[in-house]
Amino acid sequence: MLIQLTDIKKVFNQGRPNEFWAIQGVSLDFEPNRVSCLKGASGSGKTTLLSMIGCLSRPTSGRIQLGERMISSLPERFLTDVRRHTFGFIFQRFNLIPGLSVLENIMLPAYPLGLPYKRLVATALHLLEQFNLSTKADNPVEWLSGGEAQRVAICRALINDPQILIADEPTANLDSKLSHEFMGLIDELCQSGKTILITSHDPEVFDSAVVDRVVEMHDGVVLT
Amino acid sequence: MMWLFLRKQKHLIDYTLSSLLRRMGKSLGLLAVYTLIVFMLASVTLFTHALRKEAGLMLQASPEIIVQRMQAGRHALIPADYLQRIGRLRGVTQKEGRLWGYYYDPAVKANYTIMTAGQVAAPLTEIIIGTGIARARGLAVGDYLTLRSQNGEAFSFEIAALLDEKSELVSADLLLMSPQVFRRLFNVPEGFYTDLVLSVRNPREVRKVVEKLTLLLPDTRPILREEVLRTYDSVFSWRQGILFVLLTGSILAFVSFAWDKASGLSAEERREIGILKAVGWETADVMRMKFWEGMIISLSAFMIGYLAAYAHVFYASASLFEPVLKGWAVLYPQFRLTPFVDGLQLATLLFFTVLPYIVATIIPIWRTSITDPDAVMR
Repeated sequence: MLIQLTDIKKVFNQGRPNEFWAIQGVSLDFEPNRVSCLKGASGSGKTTLLSMIGCLSRPTSGRIQLGERMISSLPERFLTDVRRHTFGFIFQRFNLIPGLSVLENIMLPAYPLGLPYKRLVATALHLLEQFNLSTKADNPVEWLSGGEAQRVAICRALINDPQILIADEPTANLDSKLSHEFMGLIDELCQSGKTILITSHDPEVFDSAVVDRVVEMHDGVVLT
Repeated sequence: MMWLFLRKQKHLIDYTLSSLLRRMGKSLGLLAVYTLIVFMLASVTLFTHALRKEAGLMLQASPEIIVQRMQAGRHALIPADYLQRIGRLRGVTQKEGRLWGYYYDPAVKANYTIMTAGQVAAPLTEIIIGTGIARARGLAVGDYLTLRSQNGEAFSFEIAALLDEKSELVSADLLLMSPQVFRRLFNVPEGFYTDLVLSVRNPREVRKVVEKLTLLLPDTRPILREEVLRTYDSVFSWRQGILFVLLTGSILAFVSFAWDKASGLSAEERREIGILKAVGWETADVMRMKFWEGMIISLSAFMIGYLAAYAHVFYASASLFEPVLKGWAVLYPQFRLTPFVDGLQLATLLFFTVLPYIVATIIPIWRTSITDPDAVMR
């Protein structure tokens, strides 16, 4: 599914003394089944852009099109629906919910779909098996190592079988070995038909052979 | 479609339960305080309601009209010939004079209510006493009790029997003796009564009888049974009101505590809501989840609190509120109220305890959950 951004602008605190233009007219296309990386220093606007693509926030102006569907003007309810069925998110700090087990964390995005519990568990266990975490299913997430937590975050992102996977600074909390492993997983996911969007300022990511396209950003504009 | 909806609710409830377990300390603290408040409010309402009902049932057997003679605005003895002056009033089935009074016993610093019961305590030297007096004075059947008359003369009575414990609500401080001894003890001359009582067969005729009585005996004041009932009612309502006022402080404390605990979202909770929204939960899902959380806590607290109050009132004689609700007496009656639950009362209590809590939790959650979840990305 092609993602098209047309003249996207995002301003925070508009009309106030602390008004801040995070994105200043970005137009971009992201090809399906590719790994694209938004590269840039902290504050360059890559996370803001990714959150708008993932329907986590709205642009101040401009259009975001997902395939044939214009998503930038959708009401909240439909936006959630798009987010739920189209995107899977891997956050920088993984954002797993402490106190819940690995299995419960993975099933979390699927709860509102009302699928039978047995089917949910089976899907989650299958994902855990795929990512070599079957033995950790009942463990609380606090017990996991950084690499394991990230793999759980990937499983959670995949539970609703999304077409697009969004990863925000996914290797920020990993050492180089784990970062390398992560890119291997990303490659596998891309091979399986997923579109991957990553933000990173880690050379381990944007210099990786797995990444098909690197978009450099600086102060809210695209450089390359 | 229905199954889908139900399954979704089940998943949300499962998640809510695991959330509550994750915050075990906070959840238990909230549940305990909430339960305590429901317990206190329910105890007061159950007790006063049952008491009113009990009083109503007992007064059903009392005469429809009491006639008291008034002198200088005060209750005075009524001549026996007033019974003849009343004559044959249409609707009045029975009329008789009563002798009763109060006796202060310095030994226990309590007032007894003394009444006459010709047939029950006929012998001059025997009396029947209420169980409250028996407890206070440590008396049993066969023991003797000495009372002093107005002129200082001592009268010694043998306890012939104790009044039935079932009627203790009204008979705890009651002492029954023969009319002759009563007259000597209180210096009430023959040909006078304390008041007169009339029975009226048809309740619709009571007002008419009273009108006639007022014309016939202008120096008397007829008191209707329904007025006595109303007085009981207002006394219990007043006491209930006092307790509610006393409880207001704790209720307010609870409200602020509940508000703070249930709606004062910590950074961790706000982050959790952000995560849930980011992974695909709708605002409505988050609110439903919080609604279930509110329901689980408030309904559990309500049920536990109400059942505890039920046991407290009907099986432990409301021991915590006894001094306020039963009245300021030395001879507290010990009685078991007949268990009685009023649907409207239950619904009112539910409305005032469960609903505010749910509303208090939902609104701030809604405010948090309508914001964009992109903060989670940062």
